[in-house]
Amino acid sequence: MAGNNPNSKPMNLTLKVWRQKNFQSAGKMETYQVKDISPEMSFLEMMDVLNEDLLRQGIDPVAFDHDCREGICGMCSLYINGRAHGPERGTTTCQLHMRKFSDGDTITIEPWRAGPFPVLKDLCVDRSAMDRIQQAGGYISVNTGGVPDANEIPIPKAIADKAFDAATCIQCGACVAACKNGSAMLFVSAKVSQLALLPQGKVERKTRVENMVAQMDKEGFGACTNIGSCAAECPVGISLENIAMLNREYINASFTSENV
Amino acid sequence: MSWFSKTFSSSIGRKLLVAVTGLFLCSFLVVHLVGNLQLFKDDGGASFNIYSHFMATNPLIRTMEIVLLLGFLFHIYEALVLTRRNKSVRPVQYAYNRPQDNSNWSSRNMGLLGTVILVFLIIHLYNFFWRARFGEPNMIPIEGTEYDDLYSVVVQSFHLWWYVLIYVLGQIALGYHLYHGFSSAFHTLGLNHKKYTPGIQKFGAFFSIVVPAGFASMPLYFFIKDVVLS
Amino acid sequence: MILDSKIPEGPLAEKWDKHKFNVKLVNPANKRKYDIIVVGTGLAGASAAATLAELGYNVKAFCYQDSPRRAHSIAAQGGINAAKNYQNDGDSVYRLFYDTIKGGDYRAREANVYRLAQVSVNIIDQCVAQGVPFAREYGGLLANRSFGGAQVSRTFYARGQTGQQLLLGAYSALNRQIAYGKVKMYPRTEMLDLVMVDGKARGIVTRHLITGKIESHSAHAVILATGGYGNVFFLSTNAMGSNATAAWRAYKKGALFANPCFTQIHPTCIPVSGGYQSKLTLMSESLRNDGRVWVPKAVGDNRAPQDIPENERDYFLERKYPSFGNLVPRDVASRNAKLVCDEGRGVGTTKLAVYLDFADAIKREGLDKISQKYGNLFEMYEKITGENPYTQPMRIYPAVHYTMGGLWVDYNLMTTVPGLYATGECNFSDHGANRLGASALMQGLADGYFVIPYTIGDYLAQMPATRVETTHPAFQEAEAKLRADVDRLLSINGNRTVDEFHKALGQIMWDYCGMARNAEGLQFAKQEIRKLRDEFWKNVKIVGVNEELNITLEKAGRVADFLELGELMVDDALNRNESCGGHFREEYQTPENEALRDDENYTYVAAWQYTGENQQPMLHKEELKFENVKLTQRSYK
Repeated sequence: MAGNNPNSKPMNLTLKVWRQKNFQSAGKMETYQVKDISPEMSFLEMMDVLNEDLLRQGIDPVAFDHDCREGICGMCSLYINGRAHGPERGTTTCQLHMRKFSDGDTITIEPWRAGPFPVLKDLCVDRSAMDRIQQAGGYISVNTGGVPDANEIPIPKAIADKAFDAATCIQCGACVAACKNGSAMLFVSAKVSQLALLPQGKVERKTRVENMVAQMDKEGFGACTNIGSCAAECPVGISLENIAMLNREYINASFTSENV
Repeated sequence: MSWFSKTFSSSIGRKLLVAVTGLFLCSFLVVHLVGNLQLFKDDGGASFNIYSHFMATNPLIRTMEIVLLLGFLFHIYEALVLTRRNKSVRPVQYAYNRPQDNSNWSSRNMGLLGTVILVFLIIHLYNFFWRARFGEPNMIPIEGTEYDDLYSVVVQSFHLWWYVLIYVLGQIALGYHLYHGFSSAFHTLGLNHKKYTPGIQKFGAFFSIVVPAGFASMPLYFFIKDVVLS
Repeated sequence: MILDSKIPEGPLAEKWDKHKFNVKLVNPANKRKYDIIVVGTGLAGASAAATLAELGYNVKAFCYQDSPRRAHSIAAQGGINAAKNYQNDGDSVYRLFYDTIKGGDYRAREANVYRLAQVSVNIIDQCVAQGVPFAREYGGLLANRSFGGAQVSRTFYARGQTGQQLLLGAYSALNRQIAYGKVKMYPRTEMLDLVMVDGKARGIVTRHLITGKIESHSAHAVILATGGYGNVFFLSTNAMGSNATAAWRAYKKGALFANPCFTQIHPTCIPVSGGYQSKLTLMSESLRNDGRVWVPKAVGDNRAPQDIPENERDYFLERKYPSFGNLVPRDVASRNAKLVCDEGRGVGTTKLAVYLDFADAIKREGLDKISQKYGNLFEMYEKITGENPYTQPMRIYPAVHYTMGGLWVDYNLMTTVPGLYATGECNFSDHGANRLGASALMQGLADGYFVIPYTIGDYLAQMPATRVETTHPAFQEAEAKLRADVDRLLSINGNRTVDEFHKALGQIMWDYCGMARNAEGLQFAKQEIRKLRDEFWKNVKIVGVNEELNITLEKAGRVADFLELGELMVDDALNRNESCGGHFREEYQTPENEALRDDENYTYVAAWQYTGENQQPMLHKEELKFENVKLTQRSYK
């Protein structure tokens, strides 16, 4: 709102943006100028301004993934000034606002960088590897219908809350993008923890963790070395505790599951 | 693939091996430090030489020496495999990256720190272990028994400023390595809980300062006592 | 055309059970011979795709996002209604049914709504079994909260992220079927046409958003679960990609479009801040449980909120509606916010906002309790506005949020095209002229988990399992037409961007077909939309080619459809000479500015038939019969 911040003046910015035509081609950084950016704009609205400018000049606009623009769908990405989702902690790119920047700033914008996330165009990457990990076991095997009454199994509030915290992962991939090792452990651990904590999920917990970890490795994600960048950059605050839980689940499953 | 090799070739399995061997190496550090504290005993090196003789000859210790070697090898090998794998995950690097805003330097540089420690270790082993085990002994009598005078070797070495410097640098690297490694190992073992994790982290920090400081104090002690103050 | 709603005979409470018994079944071994296309993977689509695959059908699921889990159901905040009566506060299936019919201002089908209330209880069971972490009490049982338009606590929730958690439940069920090979998933793929063979829906044509590849997919039935068309207004709480293209192209192939003018303007959204605004963000309705809505009593009072003393504040909802207070239904709350702003009592620099104040709640319950309930919403508000709602009241204003209208469907959720179904927000069926909070999630999942799996079998059981090849001329023609459409768009090479057209359309719709409408304005809007549409096809600027990720081409196709749909909404609003729910015609209001229905003449569903480009669509009426509830003036006083 223009009124919240009466002293906020429009800004002129220099953008260094990764441009890449498609998966096959090589890319490079391009420099663009944007003018009269309101500090009340969201970062993606600033990108919209850039794209309208480019379009009017007949230049192909910058492709970037985005959809809900309220921080929940997990579609937006962008590595902004050396940080996944930009400089503000606990915030997705779409929720990042230009008031975090200053007039005259140069902003570097790159796609998520990881082998398992190939660049499709400009700033869009293919994150289907994460879906495949989910498909390997990120579910409770119940068919529709024939389930017990919802209040049949009481779940201690603390456990339900903890499971919820893990379940809030938006699968944006910032953990992978920020991790020096390109590890997807925070993402995988969030789903494994959520389902391992809940009584409904305990039935399949061993097979689930074995299959999800196997798929994670197969997709070519790196191995976690407990650096903690992932949790620090996670826009929804998934905790490192989940990775410990994943380790515990995996070790337990490896030695005690029926899968030889 | 058998479940066993599947487990220990997975990313988590390998990390588990690094953690377990790492903690085992931590226990070795404690034993080594406590034993070497005898260097400070003002008896002309008698206790230290008796102790090193015991360490070199006791069959149990000799067996543990092999286990220790294996611990080192596994620790290094698994870490190498993981590091190589992790390096290949990001074929295109970021043009601009600010990892310092989201993580500790030591956590990101365990490989570098480990390498420094390894180089230190080779120098250290060559000068003391190799010399004690395979070199020409310099026998002196202590309470009627002949012992190799390793104490003098130590004292002589620590009169060289550059040698002391290598030791101090090695211990700084060890400190950073432990600062991340100690608590991280517990995390890898799946032990993370709000009740005890803060304790582990505090102890880890304490451990990563005290142990390397203890080791570093030995060369410094002799250097300051015999060179600086005389 | 006679619209047959196929409502089963018998008493209301027995209709669904009877119907389930009467429908024909497909033998389990035969189910694998049938293919079903599901377009959209939100709550309605993902739940349907998963459940149908579990039953044994071969499912192809499509979404334009990079993953099925991104569908905009994920953004629903507040909760999901269910007649569980866990709170022992007098809830029942009948009461949920009644509240929904009444909340919809008596413009929904009784039978559909009753069924919705019936299956609502199964949804909660299903979701819990899937591992959805609903909020719980200390005793470990499920917690509830109350929502607008109801006097019982029947809303189940997962903090402010209920839609996310429910969608992840459905997504996990879908993933399981993808892993089994029963669902083939097509992400980043947009449906651009419906293909009919022998008068039946037999497939779709799609464009892959990365490669531009145009492809045909054949099936025995097609389910559209593609959500609503709120983005016709450009600014809405919908996702940027939410669009009406699939539904609109089905409409052009013969599916009737019902009640297009019934759009819901949600009262609690973050106000617009400037012309660059790309979307609006909702603040969950649950906030009205504890937040008090007010504006200054005096016109032009520019003091900061904390400087306005209690007796100079107008808590207008509490004043006008003492029994429901801040929890009146959405249409009522929105309209009253507009009223006070029209009087010049709005707040903030644009004066298009009212306060939603938590000071009393924080005083009463403490900061911790309030932050536990709404922490993430407060955080979101602060990120967007830079203001802290713990210390100063939120500023909110209504924004387009949901569209009650949609493809006309019968009791089986089949459109007027045989074999084409519409579920969730995409259809028109359950919310009448206004949807109650926490009912969208309920309807999406009800349709997908518990309705369509029964009703689609009835249709499939009566058709042979033979497949139609995509080499069939109907597919080839559709593909050719699509390529021609794309070429036409790419060849215009005009001067105005797609977004400029979209914003212009949105402004027309908001000004003349938004929270309040009148005949004159609507007629004007119709002309303006036509003009804009003409200009679009002459002057839109698109760069690049089809065979690539082309974001302007994608948008252009969607906006082209919005430019047509907008006009249909205006037509429908013009036709409906009454006020009901979200449709408020200024000519028809009570002296207290409440919506004035005309039950005698407008107790019907207005279903529109496409008659050709730039032709006036044809109106068909489905009379609504109310045998169980008495039509009354809604009162929340």
